[in-house]
Amino acid sequence: MTTKPRVKIPETAKVGEIIEVRTLINHVMETGLRRDRDGKPVPRHIINSFTASYAGKTVFKATLHPATSANPFLQFYMRVPGPGEFTFAWVDDAGATITETVKLNVE
Amino acid sequence: MTSPGGHSPDRRTFLLAAACTTVAGPGAAGQDRPPPAEDFDAALKRIIGEAKPVQGKLTIEVPEIAENGNTVPYTLSLDSPMTEQDHVKAMHILATANPRPEIASFELTPASGRAKVASRMRLARSQDVVAVAELSDGRFVIARRPVKVTIGGCGG
Repeated sequence: MTTKPRVKIPETAKVGEIIEVRTLINHVMETGLRRDRDGKPVPRHIINSFTASYAGKTVFKATLHPATSANPFLQFYMRVPGPGEFTFAWVDDAGATITETVKLNVE
Repeated sequence: MTSPGGHSPDRRTFLLAAACTTVAGPGAAGQDRPPPAEDFDAALKRIIGEAKPVQGKLTIEVPEIAENGNTVPYTLSLDSPMTEQDHVKAMHILATANPRPEIASFELTPASGRAKVASRMRLARSQDVVAVAELSDGRFVIARRPVKVTIGGCGG
């Protein structure tokens, strides 16, 4: 789909702490409303969904529409249940999926 | 993490020059008209149905003046304990005068810990944005903020 997504989570976290998660993925998020220089419509092509899971459980989901800016940025929160790994998945209109896995250091 | 609106000047010039106008349907001259109000009302109804949303607890952080309509940062937050018994299930953000009203919807769980989401949106022109939160008890909370947009972005 595009270049590697970027994810920011804390270096370490404690059980019960509420942590902030920030994700960014490069994507043009083509709205389907633009015309190219020849006047032809540029077809819609966006990332329409994002899911964040932690230790196998879904924590956060986003449904994105064309009015979400290019290079979609998402910031959300999670209460740390224990040690585990995040899995993030971005899906575009063609069904292509990009996933990223990140371990959270829980002390 | 790139800063908001961090496009290179060349790309940005191209995007603006590529005439962000509505694709013409039959009979339309492709002009950039505000969409019918019914579109927003219908989109809001799809979220809240016949429910009467309450106001007060849901906050929209958004700039009063957005320099670039292509990337307007926003944060939605509602002070909720986020327990199994009392949490925010979803938050939605809509535009009142974009080509299409929906911007994004977010599903939260008690595991979220905090009912707060931030992202960036495209606004085609100065307008109000409306946020709706769905609570676990079935109630809806609504909030509305105006945003002035100096250079419109393709609102999709």
